[in-house]
Amino acid sequence: MAIIVDNDTRLVVQGLTGSEGRFHGLRNRAYGTKVVAGVTPGKGGQDVEGVPVFDTVAEAAAREGANTAMVFVPAPFAADAIYEAVDAGIVTVICITEGIPAHEMLRIHTYIRSKGVTMLGPNCPGALSPGKANVGIIPAEIFSEGSIGLVSRSGTLTYQIGHELTQLGLGNSTIVGIGGDPVVGSSFIDVLGKFRDDPQTEYVVMVGEIGGDEEEKAAVFIEAELGKPAVAYIAGFTAPPGKTMGHAGAIISGSSGTAQAKKDALEARGIQVGTTPTETAQLVADLAGAP
Amino acid sequence: MDLYEYQGKQLFARFGIPVSKGQLAETPEEARAAAEAIGGSVVVKAQVLTGGRGKAGGIKLATTPDEAEQHARAILGLDIRGHVVRRLWIESASDIAKEYYLSLTFDRGAKQPLFMFTTQGGVEIEEVAETNPDALVYLHVDPLEGFHPWQARRLVYGAGVTDPSEQKQIASIIGKLYETFVSCDAMLCEINPLIVTPDGEVRALDSKFTVDDNALYRHPDIAEMRDNEAADPLEALAREKNVTYVKLDGEVGVLGNGAGLSMSTVDVVTFAGGRPANFCDLGGGGDAQGVVDALSVITRDPQVRSIFFNIFGGITRCDEVARGILQALEQIEITAPIVVRLDGTNSEEGRRILVDAAPPGLHVEPTMLDAARRAVELAA
Repeated sequence: MAIIVDNDTRLVVQGLTGSEGRFHGLRNRAYGTKVVAGVTPGKGGQDVEGVPVFDTVAEAAAREGANTAMVFVPAPFAADAIYEAVDAGIVTVICITEGIPAHEMLRIHTYIRSKGVTMLGPNCPGALSPGKANVGIIPAEIFSEGSIGLVSRSGTLTYQIGHELTQLGLGNSTIVGIGGDPVVGSSFIDVLGKFRDDPQTEYVVMVGEIGGDEEEKAAVFIEAELGKPAVAYIAGFTAPPGKTMGHAGAIISGSSGTAQAKKDALEARGIQVGTTPTETAQLVADLAGAP
Repeated sequence: MDLYEYQGKQLFARFGIPVSKGQLAETPEEARAAAEAIGGSVVVKAQVLTGGRGKAGGIKLATTPDEAEQHARAILGLDIRGHVVRRLWIESASDIAKEYYLSLTFDRGAKQPLFMFTTQGGVEIEEVAETNPDALVYLHVDPLEGFHPWQARRLVYGAGVTDPSEQKQIASIIGKLYETFVSCDAMLCEINPLIVTPDGEVRALDSKFTVDDNALYRHPDIAEMRDNEAADPLEALAREKNVTYVKLDGEVGVLGNGAGLSMSTVDVVTFAGGRPANFCDLGGGGDAQGVVDALSVITRDPQVRSIFFNIFGGITRCDEVARGILQALEQIEITAPIVVRLDGTNSEEGRRILVDAAPPGLHVEPTMLDAARRAVELAA
């Protein structure tokens, strides 16, 4: 098992002929992901190192059986690309593109829910199920296969924690980046629900940051419904209010969205919160009884 | 991006929301000319991107152009919560019979736009929510369905507006505010107060307006409204060089790659007993030029006494970052010691490049915590 991406993933890369799409699409294929198609309007009939390129996602789905889409299309066209994927019957959309307007995401979020589609991102590193499939830009070589589910709003911070887990001899079922924008396709709770239902996942690490209230909502879910031990980390304890800290969503508005409020909400529900990535990895190791 | 009151009102006016006649002034002379052109009593209003202007003496009534000029002289240069007043909005004075409150916000939690309306305007909305919660009417709008006129009626009747003319005017403003919000990619549109004049006319007397930075590419007219001089000079320089930088108030310059790791790095410096001088995200690429640009911004801050480079290579290649650091040391004069921690993609090569070159004042540490402690020591 594992969640979101696995051996059944048949990936179409929207924007495969662009430099980023090509680099990461081929990297994902080299890892073992079934990259079955690319889509670039006007370039149908070409191929990228043997991966056939189509004009539309519908064709990629019909001809190659694509069921998962990775979006590498530039921000002004990315929303359209997501709608296209959903309407072509794609069930999992992973959007790496950064800079999609928040209002576009409000509409997309409402739309995909009504269609039962799973979406990660935008502005996310993707998902990696070690030993099975990698969709996105996560450097797979620093992770190993195991029983820890990792869900995060951030990319490199996830790598940092994954690296520390690996050094402690711990592996992952799936590493999921949900993205750092104010509105993303999947919330922490959506992903935690999948980890709950995944037999490979025995422990969960949630990596949050300042802004919004998704961590607080997740705390309630973890206590009531996860049924597996969880540890959390929150970035941004020393962030000043009113300043966007790199991620569009990482902003403290008034008194809401602070790291301390999130930590308090999690601890009130019995969830341990690490103050540094190193401490967080150690908390997981203590739970999992690692050597 | 936050807009000044007058900029928000200009956008309101564009969508048909009634506002008072006004003009911008940057000198006392311009304020006088504006008062003359508008005629009658005017209000001289400091334009700053913060609240509390009235209490700070940033809003004054003038009955003559002379008086407008005097007020302008007093208000220009005033420091309001750390914001120095450089612009004034001279506006036709309004008689006020009632003060209402109307806003439309981007509700991240519900993932829908949220209207809030109350007849208890003119004060902080948090205060109304606390002391008189029943007076505040909330209404979410489905972003795919868009706005429907019944929603305006629900707000107006729900808040207990009884005058038929007011009901009609406010309902119309509510519809136009939704149009403004969506058309401008706003994260917040707030009118407080929304006034009713003694002869029954409804107008927006103030505006608070925030636009999504990610959407500015499709609103060049709004993007142009950015006041670069109001920003911290280092933040303005960073924007120019395309470096993600937030000025903080300490001595340890911080540079990470990725927003989450950079935020975490700032935290770890604090937990190690230091005070971070800034947040700076090298971003996903992290090529040599990006490193040079980021370092040139960080070192421009005279408070910086040491620099902590925290890189976890994914897409970013550590050898590239190492070369960037050496290049920066050649191009810009850096007196502060630099502590580097490299992990992930090509990190061994990156560390070797730095160790072999061994420039003075450069320290390579194996872990994030070790490096943070070292950087804090060096800044002490």
